[in-house]
Amino acid sequence: MQTELSHKSEISTIRDHNVINVKLRKKKVKSVFWINLLYLPALLLFCVFIFYPFFKGIVISFTNWDGYSQDYSWIGLENYKRMLADTNIGTVIKNTLIYGVGSTVLQNLIGLMYALLLNQSLKTRGLTRTIVYLPVIISPLIMGYIWYFIFQFNGGALNDIILLFRDKPVNLLSMPDVNVWIITFVNTFQFLGIAMTIYLAGLQSIPTDYYEAASLDGASSFSKFRHITLPMLAPSITINIVLNIIGGLKLFDVIVAMTNGGPGYASQSLSTMMYQTYFARQDAGYAASIGNLMFVLISIISLAALVYLRRREIAR
Amino acid sequence: MKSKKSLVLILSIIISIFHMIPLYLLVSTAFKNDSDTSSKWRLPDYVFTGNFKNAWENAHLGSAFFNNIVITVTSVILVVIIGALASYPLARYQTKLNKFMYIVFISALIVPPLTILVPLYQFIVDLGGLNSYWAMIALNVTFNLPITIFLYTGFIGTIPRELDEAAMIDGASRIGLFFKIILPLLKPVTVTTIILSGVAVWNDYQFSVFFLQDSERLTITVALSQFFSQYNNNLGWVAAGSLLGMLPLTILYLFLQRYFIQGLSAGAVKD
Repeated sequence: MQTELSHKSEISTIRDHNVINVKLRKKKVKSVFWINLLYLPALLLFCVFIFYPFFKGIVISFTNWDGYSQDYSWIGLENYKRMLADTNIGTVIKNTLIYGVGSTVLQNLIGLMYALLLNQSLKTRGLTRTIVYLPVIISPLIMGYIWYFIFQFNGGALNDIILLFRDKPVNLLSMPDVNVWIITFVNTFQFLGIAMTIYLAGLQSIPTDYYEAASLDGASSFSKFRHITLPMLAPSITINIVLNIIGGLKLFDVIVAMTNGGPGYASQSLSTMMYQTYFARQDAGYAASIGNLMFVLISIISLAALVYLRRREIAR
Repeated sequence: MKSKKSLVLILSIIISIFHMIPLYLLVSTAFKNDSDTSSKWRLPDYVFTGNFKNAWENAHLGSAFFNNIVITVTSVILVVIIGALASYPLARYQTKLNKFMYIVFISALIVPPLTILVPLYQFIVDLGGLNSYWAMIALNVTFNLPITIFLYTGFIGTIPRELDEAAMIDGASRIGLFFKIILPLLKPVTVTTIILSGVAVWNDYQFSVFFLQDSERLTITVALSQFFSQYNNNLGWVAAGSLLGMLPLTILYLFLQRYFIQGLSAGAVKD
């Protein structure tokens, strides 16, 4: 059946039905299945290191396993019930959403602004782009440490400035809510360059005669932006939003470097909570169920965003 | 018109300066000696390199660099080979099975490794892969494959089929065809993949922190995080260590900037 299918599509692609092509077709059909062996190594790795652990994780979440001992028992949905009753889970989910949605909004707004600026004819364009893009290649962990030096309580660079105006330094990283937004800002600062580059490429692909035609009709620069730039950027917007939302929801390294989730659960995300539940509290069953919640959350939000944005693209 | 131009210029300079602040503070801290307690904003009027020596020795950066190079180079080579091979049938033979397989490979893009950490960790322990290069390489390869397959499949689709067919007349075997004709054409997407996965593996912290605990096997990020928690008070050391850790990729980036920016953004742009 499959060979027949590809056979048909083959015929449609070959325009000249000469002798050589007929021979060729036969050869192709014969070899078409074993060529699939080429993706066997990749498939094997996926099965072993993604699919198997994924299903194992679902199984573990129904147990009270501690992560190392041989005996554990089935406790059904107990871990998930525990999660619903967990007083910290609300804060943690809220923080995770701020990391995801907050970074997405910031990266897209600032990234688009930077792209619009750099799209002008400008001597410093190359230099500015190099500088804004640089953090993308730096490890998020090191980036977190660098910003820790700036925000830290003792001798932090920001506090040096604050001390000019008041007599006591401020411990910004230990303030709940504030530290969550600081981490969101650091993540934005780091990956802004990607959003900017994608928007810049999108802007440069818009034909200039669209703008010329609009100018002839007397359109203001705002209405040009609203009716030409934004709709033409729709594919870039989709990519940036989906990319940033996944990146922000799974944020881990920066949180570890800056606050380690603290104080208490104040800046904890699902990823750091799961990590600590597993390694610091040997609560593997519960950690696995947090991992599953994270997976469900990320897939639902990113797929919903993707489908919604794609529909909008087509509707235009 | 002229005033608008200079406004744009001034804005871009302000942005550049703002984005340089973290790096500036890092450099000014790294070159100060221990007794200098002046503000981080002030550059030292001397050059003190002792922090770099201390950071290099105390964070065991020598072995960390070696481990990073082994893991990154091997992973990148394997990602390119396994990814390119897998993409060829997916792009060329779009049977029902292969369309399904493509979706399977791509859907792994949204599975962050952290969500399956508990079973994965246990599995690696059972396999005896803790502190081993092979486990790190296998995991890095696996989790960089989805984007690689996505890019290669898209790219191979743009190569005219006639090229395959022309080669068939010469009697090239299928595998030979792939290596002789297709692979050289894939150079642009291969450069993208090398940069994309190279940066990801080099900077990896999530796998390293879980699977590498032996001090001889630490990668740069884990070595630095241990060093950081140990010498939290000695900012000069920590700053110097961070600077050393980010140096190799920064130098590469400055020289091959065009490829880096294209490559790292291509993961998203290629649609």
